[in-house]
Amino acid sequence: MKKIAGVLIISLLSACASQTTQPTDVEDRSTGADSSYGADSSALSSGGSGFHPLNDPNSVLSQRSVYYDFDSYTVKNEYRPLVIAHAQYLRDNPNAQVILQGNTDDRGSREYNLALGQRRADGVKNIMTLSGARASQIESVSLGEEKPRAYGSGESAWSQNRRTDILYRGE
Amino acid sequence: MSMSTHTRIVFYGFWLFSFSFFLFCAPLQARLNIEIFGGGTERIPIAIVPFADESRLPHRITDVVSADLQRSGLFRLIDPTGLTPYAPAEVVYDDWVNRGASALVIGRTILMPGGQVEVQFRLLDVARQAQLTGLATIVPVTQLRAAAHHIADIIYEALTGEAGVFSTRIAYVLKQGNKYALQVADSDGYNAHSIIEYNEPIISPTWSPDGSRIAYVSFENKKPVVYVQTLATRERKAVANFAGSNSAPAWSPDGKKLAVVLSLHGGSQIYLINADGSGLQRLTRSSGIDTEPSFSPDGRHIIFTSDRGGSPQIYRIPVSATESTSAERLTFEGGYNVSPDFSHDGKSFAFIHRHNGRFNVAVQDLASRQVQILTSSQFDESPSFAPNGRMILYATEIGGHGILSAVSRDGQTRQHLSVQTGDIREPAWGPLLKQK
Repeated sequence: MKKIAGVLIISLLSACASQTTQPTDVEDRSTGADSSYGADSSALSSGGSGFHPLNDPNSVLSQRSVYYDFDSYTVKNEYRPLVIAHAQYLRDNPNAQVILQGNTDDRGSREYNLALGQRRADGVKNIMTLSGARASQIESVSLGEEKPRAYGSGESAWSQNRRTDILYRGE
Repeated sequence: MSMSTHTRIVFYGFWLFSFSFFLFCAPLQARLNIEIFGGGTERIPIAIVPFADESRLPHRITDVVSADLQRSGLFRLIDPTGLTPYAPAEVVYDDWVNRGASALVIGRTILMPGGQVEVQFRLLDVARQAQLTGLATIVPVTQLRAAAHHIADIIYEALTGEAGVFSTRIAYVLKQGNKYALQVADSDGYNAHSIIEYNEPIISPTWSPDGSRIAYVSFENKKPVVYVQTLATRERKAVANFAGSNSAPAWSPDGKKLAVVLSLHGGSQIYLINADGSGLQRLTRSSGIDTEPSFSPDGRHIIFTSDRGGSPQIYRIPVSATESTSAERLTFEGGYNVSPDFSHDGKSFAFIHRHNGRFNVAVQDLASRQVQILTSSQFDESPSFAPNGRMILYATEIGGHGILSAVSRDGQTRQHLSVQTGDIREPAWGPLLKQK
């Protein structure tokens, strides 16, 4: 399982720009299918220099949500700096801990969606641990479709509900 | 789906009593609707004469019996107006032959001191002019509805040969605003009360085989955790609260173990755990999602949803599986088959099948692999077999609201049970309980 996850992450870091919406009508595991080497997960830096970096609106660390395409758990390029910045904050602050909450839109089985949300949170966790955070600092969980940010049906609501939220302990 | 009959029974003034012992005090109120669409072709014509003196009681027993039998889809009620036999000697069988009844129910109620009621009833075969069965019982006034359900079960069993399920209970989740209540109600939706209420979601309630406990998933701690709650004492315990997500509890038929889904070791995988939370043991080992376990009635197999083949499908694995055991794929039609529930005879399972953008209740026969789609609505979820296998309870959506519905195993009869003031979802039909 760990090996698979590792291959998956390399794939995510290097090739996710070309993998946006899954063509299939449901979640699948194709994102780990092929990968090329070379992405340097530490190259991206937040350069955090604020007094309260977690809450400084000018800091990328104040951004706490990763959004996904339909039926995808790939972290899109635009959210990678955010995830890696939090990973480096965790690396530099060993006492800090986060809970990653994966979420889905409300179509389909609640329990199956719970598992899909877990996959999203696990994907963020894997990027973070490859970027210097310790696994013990991160708990990845899923809220499935149970905690929508936007109510109603339609893509505008659904797109806000397909996300992983980053919560720091004690906040 | 036959729409030849459309009966609507509205129960007014229906109150849900909530025993709110955690966060809230305001009781949740609702009115229950039962709607019956269609009906089987061979419905039994039965006349139910109002019992003597029952109008003096808080609940008319024959109203409850009539609604139960009608809701099953197997009976056609014959109007008894103008005929009032209470004892066999008062029955003129020709009158009932002329009205087309093949079965006749008569009885009386006697109010006794101390709030007790004696209830007598007889089920008569009109053609043979003979009694089929009967009952005389003394119950507290507060138990009149239970007595009526018991009578309906006796009639149902005598005329169909199957066990009746009117005395069973159901559980479901009611969402009102941002409040979530796990409720238990009689099979007709009456006597509903909350066993727990929260500001955070509750999902996946499921009954222990003896009906004394309910396992469910609560999100009160920012993540899903599996609890087991004893109904009589309201005592509850987190039985799966491991790192990551804990969900999808299913009881083993002996009530000693639960199958649960954990992300403890990565992904979402199925584990077995003792009902007190001890003895964790991993069951499935895939790199995909394995979830929604359901035990076979003999306790030897588990069916579950997995996307190991690329799309979510239903698989079966022995409970004795080792690392080298591979699961057997059961569903092949369509790209989205989820939420399996084993039938109580072990011969089939209900599940949700997606077809043309609709999510519908389907049943697959294990031996022949034949699939029958039973509903035609848009968003059906969480199918749960009645303990006699005759009906399947499920959640569906009407006008943006979640309601409960039930469909007969043959797809011929559907009924809606709705609480109009909130969203109702995640139904679980409780077990047949031993005779009191």
